[in-house]
Amino acid sequence: MKPFTKLTAIAAPLPMVNIDTDIIIPKQFLKTIKRTGLGVSAFYNLRYSDDGTPNPDFVLNKPEYKDAEILITGENFGCGSSREHAPWAILDMGFRCVIAPSFANIFYNNSFKNGILPITLPQEQIDELMKEAQNNPDALTEIDLEKQTITRGNKFSFDFDIDHFRKSCLLGGLDDIDLTLEKDAHIKTYEDKLKDDKPWL
Amino acid sequence: MRPRTLFEKIWDDHIVHTGDDGTCLIYIDRHLVHEVTSPQAFEGLRMTGRTVRRTENTLAVMDHNVPTTSRAETKERGIMQEDSRVQISALEKNCSEFGVQLFDLFDKRQGIVHIIGPEQGFTLPGMTIVCGDSHTSTHGAFGALAFGIGTSEVEHVLATQTLIQSPAKSMRITVNGALSTSVTAKDMALHIIGEIGTAGGTGYVIEYAGEAVRNLSMEGRMTICNMSIEAGARAGMVAPDETTFAYIKGRPMAPQEGNWDKAVAYWKTLPSDDGSTYDKEVAIEASNIVPTVTWGTTPEDVAPITAQVPAPTDFDDPNKRQSVERMLDYMGLTPGTKLTDIPIDKVFIGSCTNGRIEDLRAVAKIVEGKKIADNILEALIVPGSGLVKAQAEEEGIAEVLINAGFDWREPGCSMCLGMNPDQLEPGERCASTSNRNFEGRQGRGGRTHLMSPAMAAAAAITGRLTDVRNMA
Repeated sequence: MKPFTKLTAIAAPLPMVNIDTDIIIPKQFLKTIKRTGLGVSAFYNLRYSDDGTPNPDFVLNKPEYKDAEILITGENFGCGSSREHAPWAILDMGFRCVIAPSFANIFYNNSFKNGILPITLPQEQIDELMKEAQNNPDALTEIDLEKQTITRGNKFSFDFDIDHFRKSCLLGGLDDIDLTLEKDAHIKTYEDKLKDDKPWL
Repeated sequence: MRPRTLFEKIWDDHIVHTGDDGTCLIYIDRHLVHEVTSPQAFEGLRMTGRTVRRTENTLAVMDHNVPTTSRAETKERGIMQEDSRVQISALEKNCSEFGVQLFDLFDKRQGIVHIIGPEQGFTLPGMTIVCGDSHTSTHGAFGALAFGIGTSEVEHVLATQTLIQSPAKSMRITVNGALSTSVTAKDMALHIIGEIGTAGGTGYVIEYAGEAVRNLSMEGRMTICNMSIEAGARAGMVAPDETTFAYIKGRPMAPQEGNWDKAVAYWKTLPSDDGSTYDKEVAIEASNIVPTVTWGTTPEDVAPITAQVPAPTDFDDPNKRQSVERMLDYMGLTPGTKLTDIPIDKVFIGSCTNGRIEDLRAVAKIVEGKKIADNILEALIVPGSGLVKAQAEEEGIAEVLINAGFDWREPGCSMCLGMNPDQLEPGERCASTSNRNFEGRQGRGGRTHLMSPAMAAAAAITGRLTDVRNMA
């Protein structure tokens, strides 16, 4: 996994609440057996018209956000299906960070496994970031994971919270499975005990 | 010892290791696998030279992306799309290479992953159960801790039989009193989500309690636990009791003689202790629940069938008001319209929410001796598994449904998510027993109204949303 340390990039505003993972990546794209290549289909029904041409009204189609790597959005982002195709699609589209007032649990979890940083901020700060991203699309937003700060030039700087374990995994680009296999002796001990305690398993 | 909840007991019992920062390594007793969220996980194992740690605790089935029409034993096996065939073949190849048991398309036990687990006795009380599917919460009906995971975690469980987790908050939802006639577990689930919201359960494990929950069959308990994820919860659960044990006894993978008594003795220790506390408590009066349908595009947008389509101005929150405008536009609904005046085009009965035998019996009871309305373009019944299908045929239910004009299909997820050809066309309106009414969920531009099987059956007969209590 690619480590996440600092990111200085354009932020795109997507002011909608309850964006579910069916919106992020519709079902017809779940037939893939790969993790990559989903970016072009991300937000498909919002992004493309019925005839398959890009919908010029959809914010992420606007040229000023073409290179955006930060997504600012509404509450309960990523609700619904557990499909990891949602963070894969967002990552493949170029986003490394999503900022929202709240996230659905599974999407939040899945993001970290793919080197995407999901940041939760209070609604007032989201409103401010959203307005900034809409009014000054070219201005860059800087995310510093080590310091846990979001800065927008000299306009403002917000602190954010993040779980210590997840932070260190992102900073180091660490693989969860490797970390767990270091505890293999603990797993073996647990399994041996299980045979006696719950023989029906 | 401090009084503990059902969730705390299962959690404590599965801790393999606790890190300095409180992060826990949790042992996973059962892992269900399906074709859509597993190929990348198996590929990950292959690339790192890892194996499946506990093949005997892993069970695979194809359900999301399978045809519900005839599966003749030809080269295509009825799967007309090449990409679907590739995905299904990948699961077959992966299971055979890694030694995982698979119920394939021609196995009579094949069906929706959350239906076959309980049906086989693979799902048991006190277990930790995961699957790369959000509706894994279904298995919580047995007093198990069951939750959906992403593909990276599927790989993690395959390789280590554990997951890295941080503890959840707890919520108890108590449904007091008895449900009224014709009010079902689905109405209870929709009513609860309407009360607490689609994000009301975020970060929580919900325990359902109270007389109305205790009185539900296992099928009904599975329906409410299934919908927990629609309230954003990490899991939903019901304490195991005699109803649970009676359901499990004798199932193929359930504890057999000798171990049965030991297992039951353990299961009886699981219900929450008197005096245990929850981070949040919600109380609901069963008598306030009536047949309920959704009118919008999130599962919290529910109303009693006796109500009217709401107006954006009915909502105080400006964000919600804005989203209601968008929803009504998408759904093609005008505020003030009586719900029972809304005509429908298609009916879908099935899914991991409502594809069990009890659901099909409820539909048969309503439609027996009647015909579906002329304006209904398609009325699909998709049994949750091959065994449900066989039982319905044996009980004569299938005949009743076919005579009423329903299309009797092979088991799978079908139009709940429309990965296979079972989809809505743009603008089509569907009375659906599934779990999600998201934009485009059942097909681009499709309009979904969620409801109970009995309500969907009533809608099929009248051709519009209907109060099942008024059906003769």
